[in-house]
Amino acid sequence: MNRKGGMGSILLPGLAALVPVLAAAALVLLFCGRAAAQEQTLTLVSWGGAYARACEKGYIERFERETGIDVRIEDYNGGLAQIRAQVDVGNVYWDVVDMELPDMVRGCDEGLLVPIDPGELAPGADGTPAADDIPEDGLTECGPTNLYYSTVVVYNDARIGASKPSTIADFFDLEKFPGRRGMRRSPLVNLEFALMADGIPPDEVYATLDTEAGVRRAFRKLDSIKDRIVWWEAGAQPPQMLADGEVAMTTAYNGRIFNAQVLEGQPFVIVWDGQLLDTGGLVIVEGTRNLEAAKEFVRFANTARAMADVSRYISYSPSRRSALDLISTHAETGIDMKPHMPTSPENVSRALHNDWEWWSDNGEEMNERFSTWLAR
Amino acid sequence: MTTITTTTAGHGFWHIAYLGFCALVFAFLIAPILVIVPLSFNAEPYFTFTEGMLRLDADAWSLRWYRQIVEDEEWSRALANSLFIGVSATVLATALGTLAALGLSNPAMPARRFATGLLISPMVTPVIISAAGMFFFYSNLGLAQTHLGLILAHAALGTPFVVITVTATLAGYDQNLSRAAASMGAGPLTVFRRVQLPLIAPGVVSGGIFAFAASFDEVVVVLFMGGIEQRTIPRQMWSGIREEISPAILAVAVFLIVFAVLFLLTVEWLRRRNAR
Amino acid sequence: MSEIPEKEAGRPGSGPRPGPRPWSGPRLRAALLVLPLLAFVGVTFLAPLANMLVRSVYDPVVADALPETLERLRAWDGQGLPDEAVYEALAGEVLAAREDRTLGQVATRVNRVQSGLRSALTRTARRLRNVDEGPWSDAMIGIHAAWGETGTWRALREAGDRYTARHYLNALDLQRDPEGSIAFQPEDRQIYLFLLWRTLLVSLGVTTLCLLIGYPVARLIAHAPPRRANLLLILVLVPFWTSLLVRTTSWIVLLQNQGVLNDMLVYLGVIGDDGRLAMIYNMTGTFVAMTHVLLPFMVLPLYSVMSAIPRVQTSAAESLGATPWQSFWRVYWPQTLPGVGAGCLLVFILAIGYYITPALVGGSTGQLISNLIAFHMQSSLNWSLAAALGGILLVCVAGLYLLYDRLVGIERMRLG
Repeated sequence: MNRKGGMGSILLPGLAALVPVLAAAALVLLFCGRAAAQEQTLTLVSWGGAYARACEKGYIERFERETGIDVRIEDYNGGLAQIRAQVDVGNVYWDVVDMELPDMVRGCDEGLLVPIDPGELAPGADGTPAADDIPEDGLTECGPTNLYYSTVVVYNDARIGASKPSTIADFFDLEKFPGRRGMRRSPLVNLEFALMADGIPPDEVYATLDTEAGVRRAFRKLDSIKDRIVWWEAGAQPPQMLADGEVAMTTAYNGRIFNAQVLEGQPFVIVWDGQLLDTGGLVIVEGTRNLEAAKEFVRFANTARAMADVSRYISYSPSRRSALDLISTHAETGIDMKPHMPTSPENVSRALHNDWEWWSDNGEEMNERFSTWLAR
Repeated sequence: MTTITTTTAGHGFWHIAYLGFCALVFAFLIAPILVIVPLSFNAEPYFTFTEGMLRLDADAWSLRWYRQIVEDEEWSRALANSLFIGVSATVLATALGTLAALGLSNPAMPARRFATGLLISPMVTPVIISAAGMFFFYSNLGLAQTHLGLILAHAALGTPFVVITVTATLAGYDQNLSRAAASMGAGPLTVFRRVQLPLIAPGVVSGGIFAFAASFDEVVVVLFMGGIEQRTIPRQMWSGIREEISPAILAVAVFLIVFAVLFLLTVEWLRRRNAR
Repeated sequence: MSEIPEKEAGRPGSGPRPGPRPWSGPRLRAALLVLPLLAFVGVTFLAPLANMLVRSVYDPVVADALPETLERLRAWDGQGLPDEAVYEALAGEVLAAREDRTLGQVATRVNRVQSGLRSALTRTARRLRNVDEGPWSDAMIGIHAAWGETGTWRALREAGDRYTARHYLNALDLQRDPEGSIAFQPEDRQIYLFLLWRTLLVSLGVTTLCLLIGYPVARLIAHAPPRRANLLLILVLVPFWTSLLVRTTSWIVLLQNQGVLNDMLVYLGVIGDDGRLAMIYNMTGTFVAMTHVLLPFMVLPLYSVMSAIPRVQTSAAESLGATPWQSFWRVYWPQTLPGVGAGCLLVFILAIGYYITPALVGGSTGQLISNLIAFHMQSSLNWSLAAALGGILLVCVAGLYLLYDRLVGIERMRLG
């Protein structure tokens, strides 16, 4: 393997010189990045995709215009882990996080989130004080909830065949509806779906889950379709999987499906039976370097107008009573939004409300069991 | 292919089968890397060859993904981070590693086997363990989510490469050369600079390239210890693969393949130069 | 174990021990050259490992938050229920912990000893604010029935230990039963032994496969004419140098449901459009991608050993009447054993700690022990358990590393 390489004496110093050049280039690039980020920026961590875009159009852009504060949006898939790591380490680089209610309560209990006095929140559109305008459950010590969303079963009408699923039990019926299923990689929602499909009425689901036998029953039901499940983590994945034919049916956030229906013309159909109604809001991470701006942002997003404006881009329903009357039409297509809301009377009749207290007490435990179950 | 001289009919068959098998293995090694290259020019957001591409339809091919990554601020920030962290870690690892290799190659070095074992251990320790340990320890020191922390971590993970390559180069070094230079009045520093360094330079540069490549490809430590400000190219690819697979990462992958080939050719060229 | 990390890390500057001879000039000079790196690696790498190992047995959070309760519990004989004084102390300390917002951390840890106690603690703290005076035992049992059970208090006492082997037990699917002897966890909680076993099997499988397909290839390269050998070697080195993430991406592109390979099979009519093969996001994906990544680590050591074997040997054997098989098995193979050993050990060491590829292409059935460490680091935040699992994996790798040193010699490790 000895071949000529006589130019070595010239090339070697050349290579050595390359090192400082690369270093200098990196520094220049870094400084350019820094200079651009001079003005005050707030890091909002949210759920990405269509939902983040709806928030951006709905109120974030207006917030930036009115306050001069730059909002940078990062994506995550829920959970407290990253926040806990930041707070424990003492290097907090998230300011505001869009979070599910059970995590809001748990994070608050653990001292990870900044408490927010309901008195600081804006009154409702009709002037009622915030504490009366927001449902009691939706007003945690560490912030108010902003919207209702739901996890639903969805299928692609173009691929499903002649008979159509109509209940949550159909989702678990591999004989009637063969093909793979998409589910969120989390015990949240899935345990409830499993029990309802197994014949437990919605109002007994959490009482059943309170017993060891009930939890086992839920996992056993999930077992029956386990090897046909494709797990998703980001909310943007299930519509994609459904469009690609990767799965025959999937659970998904109703708003993402709505967007795929109206903006991309996808023939997706939502099964509202057994929909799991959840609520979420914005929280501030303890130790943020932008506390004032963060509070201003949370207050802004919690106004009835901001909520109603979000619901013009995605079918998530405002949590404030006074904002319900402000729901109007889809900003881009002019479709009436009311029938698409998870809280519309038609859709909510067969809904199960997520029990935040059960999940904030048992979430960790269930996560562990779920991951054990998953890895088997 | 020149082969063993006795060629019977059966032997010939087995030989061809052997060659065919090896060809398949080579295909297994290289084809997955090659297939990415044409796909990165796909005009559609798919991960497979569209019919248009197979017909060599000009419209089916495009540079849109390359344009996207060049225009995307996140990727350029990731490139800057990767270069900054990689180069700094490389300089640190190369300096310390070269010194240590000089000591380890000296026959007088006490407890050499033990010291070598410790110094190589970052390379064989599962990266998940290194990353977990570093996360706890660096967090306590306030070094998590800083560039400095990642530079130190990557330097530690890169030093074994430098130690190994430089020690290998020094295996052919005649200690009498140092002694001769010293007997003629040269100080230790002069001996190093004028006698040893030119001889081991190829090893040092290869070691540096290995260390840089290791940092440039490292994702787990960054995943555990880096914040948003420290996102590197592999970290960015990681989320690209896990969350939203966009063909844009194929374009990045092609860049990284070009990098890899450049590293490879340089190191091989240096090795041959050294072997002479 | 010559490289017990914490020993060196504790005093990184201490350097090598004095040998039998007094320090002479060259010895000192050599040692001084190595010292900076030893100190650097000691602080930046070995100390973190040592710190992790400490974390696997030491956790003061509960002991710090409930000192009075634990002190009073010490007098309890472990039968029936403890005195009112213990309830009173716990009530006070739980409220204080809620006030300074450390209750969540305490509750999480107690819950790991006995599940269900997290909600007992948080609910109790939430409702105790409305209770002004004792008897505290009645009030607390009224809030949550767990306070009326003996097991709860035993669990609390156990969680209060600053030093514990509990996490190592957990990491091996074991636990202490109420009598204090060691027993297996309930069956639906057992996972780690299973995953360790799976990791071992996968590593063995990948190592064997790498040897089977790497050996012929290394032999071909080693005995090809120089020019061709260089070219073929490049084919092995390109994957070796290519970013791991790029290679993983490639396999996703090739193997996924709508990927190149499935498209090809459908196009050729081998499978129907609805019969696409699931080759990724499962064990197949992990296995294939791992073999691809680790194959160069097998081929390169084999190649370097084989290229030193003169070819005349086998021809000589055959000219003496040996069949090609005999000449291979009796003459060639024994001489390649050092390369086989080096390659297999290296591949096995790398495989057993494998993380990135299973995480990206393993789905849920292709996960290995490293992925579970990452899960406890990043999602469940059970850092003590992650550290204990890491400790177990570290011992395995250290053992293999020592074996490698014995058989091959660390100084003879070569790159590329």
